[in-house]
Amino acid sequence: MKNRKTCLGPSTGKGDHPAPPPARWRRWLSSANECHQSLRAAPVLRFRANLTGGIQAFRLLAVCAPLLLVSGCSSSTAWGWYVIDPRTESGWTNVKFLFSGMGSTILISLIAAALSITIGLIVALPGLSDRWHFRIINRVYVEFIRSIPLLPMLFWVFYGLPIIFRSMGLDIPIDPFWGAIITLAVSDSAFTAEIYRAGIQSVARGQSEAAQTIGLNYAQTMRYVVLPQAIRRILPPLANQFIYIVKMSAFASVIGMQELTRHANELVVTEYRPLEIYSLLILEYLILVLLISAGVRWLERRMGSDERI
Amino acid sequence: MDTGAAIEMIGVNKWFGDFHVLKDVSMSVNPGERVVICGPSGSGKSTVVRCVCRLETHQKGVIRVDGTELTDDPGSVAAIRSEVGMVFQQFNLFPHLTVLQNLMLGPTKARGLSRLEAEERARMYLERVKIPEQAGKRPAQLSGGQQQRVAIARSLCMEPKVMLFDEPTSALDPEMIAEVLDAMVELAEEGMTMVVVTHEMGFAREVADQMVFMDAGEIVETGSPAEFFETPKSHRCQTFLNQILRH
Repeated sequence: MKNRKTCLGPSTGKGDHPAPPPARWRRWLSSANECHQSLRAAPVLRFRANLTGGIQAFRLLAVCAPLLLVSGCSSSTAWGWYVIDPRTESGWTNVKFLFSGMGSTILISLIAAALSITIGLIVALPGLSDRWHFRIINRVYVEFIRSIPLLPMLFWVFYGLPIIFRSMGLDIPIDPFWGAIITLAVSDSAFTAEIYRAGIQSVARGQSEAAQTIGLNYAQTMRYVVLPQAIRRILPPLANQFIYIVKMSAFASVIGMQELTRHANELVVTEYRPLEIYSLLILEYLILVLLISAGVRWLERRMGSDERI
Repeated sequence: MDTGAAIEMIGVNKWFGDFHVLKDVSMSVNPGERVVICGPSGSGKSTVVRCVCRLETHQKGVIRVDGTELTDDPGSVAAIRSEVGMVFQQFNLFPHLTVLQNLMLGPTKARGLSRLEAEERARMYLERVKIPEQAGKRPAQLSGGQQQRVAIARSLCMEPKVMLFDEPTSALDPEMIAEVLDAMVELAEEGMTMVVVTHEMGFAREVADQMVFMDAGEIVETGSPAEFFETPKSHRCQTFLNQILRH
């Protein structure tokens, strides 16, 4: 306890001061500071701050990736970057193979996210009702879906659901693509529903009261008054969920979906170079998520999520 | 049975759970009449005006606005809402819209006016509350007094027959109160039917036709301002007036 106090309080002893960062770091740190300060300043500056944040992430990437490569190629440990060395023909083929999974990862994630935000809104609205039997529907769905781990749900949908369909006399095959999408969308929708509910509830009650007194009905009140205010608060957590979907789409590899992780696994089996191949795999996800973050920040600025109202 | 009253309440009762907020409240407001409701906090004053515009439902008794009885029927609620304007203590302007858009939302969406008509009307009422130059701003850029005047203009844009005010100056800094009261006095002089919940006794003396004093959910005393301020009959009313007029 005492230790923590001295840590937080103003430092008195000389020894408390941390050594000044080396000059090379200082530029990085100061740009981080700049970013922090401009957050409080005018919106124009905030645009720059966001850019700075993105640029910094890419700087980090640009430094880390070559570092890994250099340490791998030069050290005595048995790194074998040749598997993914684009200068050799076989390496280039492997890199192309690894990146070729990107398309289906993006497609699965996009469709699943679109379904999830739709199902989420449909599930969230009864949760906001005054009537308890509507709220029950929302609670049961959210609590039930939220408690199922993704992998078991994936197995259930891919291996179990077709049996149910067949017993009902329906001939609906579930391929890995749609199996992955259904699982991701449904399991994520429980979280999206809660995000919607919290966002809509965070709009002050006086807002919908005022809308009612100027003659708007429920749908108009939602459309023109409540949702436009809620969406600014909903957008950042929804973006989080989208990133979550992108990462969880890796599970689709276990039911045979040809996406990023699956391709990496297949290559590892033939090349026996897990360290290098999985390193590149991680890099692929990193690039994907950083691109999404940049897109979301652009969207937030357009919707005014970064504005205080 | 239409008595010609703008608002008529007969034996209205309301409970919040076990709490009896309104006990047999009966009152009648004639067209063009200005009624000021006062009383200690928690006495049910706000609940009365909120019941009239159906933001709260009453459990017993009858409320009629302009001859239409308030029931659960959505048609009657819509009909009454189109006759009644409401001004809130916290303004409740829509922060994501400009002042002009705040004023135009009701007329365009609920009344089906064209954008042009609605904008013309909005600018006219902004002129009336003396802030035509703020039309393009967001509510957050205005002072409290200006925001409340925008809120008054927003209600007027729906051209209601009755205006309800729920402590319109209680959230304002002292120097802002006058400009809002001025707008209300002007409205009263034009003959608007008004029900005002307020602690501004100067305003009450100036414009009220009828004073209503409430305590613990009941109407304790009603009367003209002259009677009410000079010779209050009940003990509770005397104590209340002593407390708020002493300063």
